[in-house]
Amino acid sequence: MAYSDKVLDHVENPRNVGAFDKNDPSVATGMVGAPACGDVMKLQLKISDDGIIEDAKFKTYGCGSAIASSSLVTEWVKGKTISEAAEIKNTDITAELELPPVKIHCSILAEDAIKAAITDYKTKRNK
Amino acid sequence: MKLPIYLDYAATTPVDPIVAEKMIECLTMEGNFGNPASRSHRFGWQAEEAVDQARHDIAALINADPREIVLTSGATESNNLAIKGAANFYSKSKGKHIITVKTEHKAVLDTCRELERQGFEVTYMDVEDNGLLDLQKLADAMRDDTVLVSVMHVNNELGVIQDIVTIGEMCRERKIMFHVDGAQSAGKVAIDLKELKVDFMSFSAHKIYGPKGIGALYVRRKPRARLEAQMHGGGHERGMRSGTLATHQIVGMGEAFRIAKEKFESDHARISTLRKRLIEGMLSELEEVYFNGTPDQSVPGIVNISFNYVEGESLLMAVKDIAVSSGSACTSASLEPSYVLRALGRNDELAHSSIRFSIGRFTTEEEIDYTIKLLNSSIGKLRDMSPLWEMFKDGIDLDTVEWAGH
Repeated sequence: MAYSDKVLDHVENPRNVGAFDKNDPSVATGMVGAPACGDVMKLQLKISDDGIIEDAKFKTYGCGSAIASSSLVTEWVKGKTISEAAEIKNTDITAELELPPVKIHCSILAEDAIKAAITDYKTKRNK
Repeated sequence: MKLPIYLDYAATTPVDPIVAEKMIECLTMEGNFGNPASRSHRFGWQAEEAVDQARHDIAALINADPREIVLTSGATESNNLAIKGAANFYSKSKGKHIITVKTEHKAVLDTCRELERQGFEVTYMDVEDNGLLDLQKLADAMRDDTVLVSVMHVNNELGVIQDIVTIGEMCRERKIMFHVDGAQSAGKVAIDLKELKVDFMSFSAHKIYGPKGIGALYVRRKPRARLEAQMHGGGHERGMRSGTLATHQIVGMGEAFRIAKEKFESDHARISTLRKRLIEGMLSELEEVYFNGTPDQSVPGIVNISFNYVEGESLLMAVKDIAVSSGSACTSASLEPSYVLRALGRNDELAHSSIRFSIGRFTTEEEIDYTIKLLNSSIGKLRDMSPLWEMFKDGIDLDTVEWAGH
């Protein structure tokens, strides 16, 4: 599989791998995908009281482009407001990483992970 | 030690330098370039002699008569010729039912699919969770109108060895023709076609240090196995496969088979030792490692292992200094994981996490040790990155999780 240098760089040096305490009220967690499909992404965002994403961490089980997509997303969301983060599209990820067509589902998964984390944040806030 | 390390001998092997030398001698003006079918001059006679010697060497490894060897372009063609050729020939008198196995190579499965389109009925047998056929279930599938059973000797992904001795007896009793795909077994498992009740057997040169583009189909003489030719022309190979004989390829295959016979014991012993070293090295360092297939009834050269909670393609990328194959869908264009692993009833997670190591004649102890070290560190790193590993470590049963599948 011919991956771009950007994908290879993210796979070899993944950014922001790790986890936050998911019970921390300022932490939003989004987990998407399924082991049977070959990829699971867990994205965690640390969000300030005024809705700014201060930090992000991920863990991913999946192929190289799944790891690269989630690693890239953690870089992109930092410093954004949640509504700005919600606007990140899978096509932006595909373009940035130059993903081959068979790997587009990985970028969709990364977009879904952001959305899932934001949903988790809103649910937590409404409690 | 040179990097990357080649551990994909089940995919193909390098040509043995002695083989390459012999092949080169059959190409140029100064060499043995003649057409083996030319009867009117020395160039033809010499080429024919070289082909005869090669045919003899090929037959010797599998204890067959040289007249039972039909040279083809490889095991795929041999499988096509045997299955289509026998099915077409015997369907005229006996029936149109064929039995094969779900874990066969695509060259067999796809050929059977084509015969289905032509009006044949095909039964695709399941295997047990160790990759082997349940022979009672196979017997139950055999019918009065069954014309052909096709079972591979050694599975290319798992290395498991099917019991072709017993299956041969079962077929012969019922007057069913029996084809065996022996692409992965020649030179690795003793094959005695004088004893085995096998009617057709496919072979390939490039799996045992010969060149690509050449193979053979064994066609039994006594009792005579019949087939309809699939390639028509000058009537070469007793009319079963026309086309000018590729002297250099055939000589390469012959020499590779001769060396395989000579080194049978020593290759087997060396590769078994390396296999043991690889397995012990991984098991002593890593948990949640699962074997696919059955180590007790396998060729030593193929080791198929699932590293739970680590996805196959990411593992291949992490260990790019070793050349291996993965059963994960992500290594190919299809999105399905290996159909062979699925046929064992392995869950998709383990199928996505599988790696096939195949060890060969030129593998060294140093290479195995390097492989173990690299795997242990890479898997540790990938598991630290895996949400599944984290959940497993937290004691969460992954089967109880509701996944957002896509």
